[in-house]
Amino acid sequence: MNKYTISGSPHVHSTENTRKIMYRVLLALVPALLVAIYYFGWYALRLTIVTVAACMLTEWLIQKFLIKGPLTINDGSAALTGVLLAFNVPANLPIWMAIVGSIVAIGIGKMAFGGLGKNPFNPALVGRVFMLVSFPTAMTTWPQAAPIFDKGFFTDAVTGPTPLGILKEAGVGTLAEAGNMQFLDMVLGNRGGAFGEVCAIALLLGAIYLICRKIIDIATPLSILLTVFIFTGICHLIDPTQYIAPWYHLVYGGLLLGAFFMATDMVTSPMTIRGKILFGFGIGFITVVIRLWGAYPEGVSFAILIMNALTPLINKAFKPQVFGVVKPSKK
Amino acid sequence: MNPIKTFLKGGVHPEENKLSADLPIQDFPMPKQIIVPLGQCLGAPADCIVNKGDHVLTGQLIGTAKGFISANVHSPATGTVAKIDVVMDHTGYYKPAVFIDVEPDQWAEGIIETDKLLTDIKLDSKQIIDKVKECGIVGMGGATFPTHVKLMVPEGKKAEYVIINAAECEPYLTCDYRLLLEKTQEFLMGVKILMKAVNTDKGIIGIETNKMKAIELLDKTINEHKDLYAGIEVQPLKTKYPQGGEKQIIKAITGREVPSGKLPIETGCVVVNVASTYAVYEAVQKNKPLIERIVTVTGKSVKKPGNFRVRFGTPADLLIEAAGGLPEGITDVINGGPMMGKSVSVTNFPCIKGTSGILLMTLNEAQDRRQTNCIRCGRCAMACPMGLQPFLLHKVAKQNNFDETESNHIMDCIECGSCEFTCPANIPLLDYIRYGKAKTGAIIRARNQK
Repeated sequence: MNKYTISGSPHVHSTENTRKIMYRVLLALVPALLVAIYYFGWYALRLTIVTVAACMLTEWLIQKFLIKGPLTINDGSAALTGVLLAFNVPANLPIWMAIVGSIVAIGIGKMAFGGLGKNPFNPALVGRVFMLVSFPTAMTTWPQAAPIFDKGFFTDAVTGPTPLGILKEAGVGTLAEAGNMQFLDMVLGNRGGAFGEVCAIALLLGAIYLICRKIIDIATPLSILLTVFIFTGICHLIDPTQYIAPWYHLVYGGLLLGAFFMATDMVTSPMTIRGKILFGFGIGFITVVIRLWGAYPEGVSFAILIMNALTPLINKAFKPQVFGVVKPSKK
Repeated sequence: MNPIKTFLKGGVHPEENKLSADLPIQDFPMPKQIIVPLGQCLGAPADCIVNKGDHVLTGQLIGTAKGFISANVHSPATGTVAKIDVVMDHTGYYKPAVFIDVEPDQWAEGIIETDKLLTDIKLDSKQIIDKVKECGIVGMGGATFPTHVKLMVPEGKKAEYVIINAAECEPYLTCDYRLLLEKTQEFLMGVKILMKAVNTDKGIIGIETNKMKAIELLDKTINEHKDLYAGIEVQPLKTKYPQGGEKQIIKAITGREVPSGKLPIETGCVVVNVASTYAVYEAVQKNKPLIERIVTVTGKSVKKPGNFRVRFGTPADLLIEAAGGLPEGITDVINGGPMMGKSVSVTNFPCIKGTSGILLMTLNEAQDRRQTNCIRCGRCAMACPMGLQPFLLHKVAKQNNFDETESNHIMDCIECGSCEFTCPANIPLLDYIRYGKAKTGAIIRARNQK
């Protein structure tokens, strides 16, 4: 007799879904990928294809044969992990290492915790840090950017240190000699480094799209960038010969990629605005400490992973203000 | 026009779909038999005072209120009581009802039948409230809380504003909007009566800006009759759901927050719905009890959507028939709007005091999709107009952890559905929150009784 659906309200739903969110983030990363192909040629494209395929295959195999649950391979989240993983490594990384990194990212970083939404750490960063400690030489041998029109699509790139590497090893003076203080080149991406992180303009383009689409909240990246800018700015004012100007810190290394695309990962970041601001401050602070005084030239990955671990605590501490509930006043 | 105001915390923007906004109210013909449920309001159902075979007149009392939160029920038609039996109403439960075989209208004694505007308010505050109670007026936005209870300002409190909730933030529904356009003066007199009832000189009508025609018409009418409608103001509100939530509209208009667990009168506001305000006018000035209302019959695939003036007890399937019949592929029949309405399993449920609309939707529109994992995006918390964390309430309610539901303010949830609307993982958040609320509420009541 009951021919009609009985369900609780609401009976309408926004058209947003997880899949659309993931695909929009992927779309936002396309400009950075195009720039990467322009500077690093075939190697960038090859590596991205390999990690995406390896991540998706790992997830599929685990869901099919270990968990034996529903297959959610087309929700775009594994592909996104693959792209972010590729963006964080040198373009000429041996293929097999990239595959190992992908398996760790998805297998340990994500599926071991129960899959999408349940992982405490950003899977791509888990994979990257695993590779960094397992294959330290390969992971720190950076190809230099060189437009494909000059050197050809398939040509092997010349390797060399990244600006942050030079800064760590040799200091500000050498950095200027090496031509790494041409701000325009830095913004366009004409430098050594992980291929997804080099071009600030392409990353910002994608970030603006995500912010307009309300997929990421500006609070986290803004808090990270401001913290880095102010912190390194103070150091620069104290001793300009030892500490480089703050705007270089913003475009060097993986800060923009991390701030806009990895720290904003919904699963592993706090939910409230105040929580996001504290989270961003933590990432910015740890990044600068590692960059200026740590053993590694770059610290964004570690900073994000450390703050990921604190996210549940931040969520507990910063709950939204409940309507009609007055905070007990301090006496 | 006053500057636009809004509540700030949370909110969503569902598609408005006000398909029947430009269609005038039509009088719906009386059916052969009407089925009048005795429980038409929040609280206890009325006691039946007629027997099988009795002859009743239109507007005659047939059920008396039982208890404090309850409302009288009057006969919506003239005729003979065929039987007193149960009927499945919109909640899906069988409820006692009076079945009346309809004859041509013959009004009960004392009811003034005129279309002329009666501007002279003869009753005083106490008499108005008694009249509202006698005429069985309830909140006609859907919650059906007895209006006279709202008007009885408790000792030590003062009503500063009468706020008329004309936001009509529910998508699809247009019954209040049409009433504002077609019965403007009667409505404004209703506001005046309410202001007199609670002894205040400030009446504010809150309307969303997607109803500009109503805002302009009300502004114009008030300006033309400055003396008659002194103290009444129109406040445009941003089109944002749930602007018409009682606590949200108070916050938007006065900036005051109803304290958690307290009633709106704490902020000095009495909030009344448009249709109820019109009913107050009819009751106080014409002695006419609440026996009819405007019902919007709508849906994207409905051939002739419309706004009908319907006597209570009219079966909904007749209204659907008048709107061009049941379209192909309808899977959801909803009593009310899409955000807070209740889905029903049959189409022949009787229209009652809280039936603001009948909405027909296909599977595609209702968007029943597969649930995926929570990705902790926090959109539900951003959308919650009460500042709650729906993802957390959902989780702890599912675990039957009622200490956590209580400490996370589950009882403050207004069940607006913004969280579930916005969830990209399609998690039935509100279903679990309702469950948690019911359980937590029972625990709190049991504890208070000790």
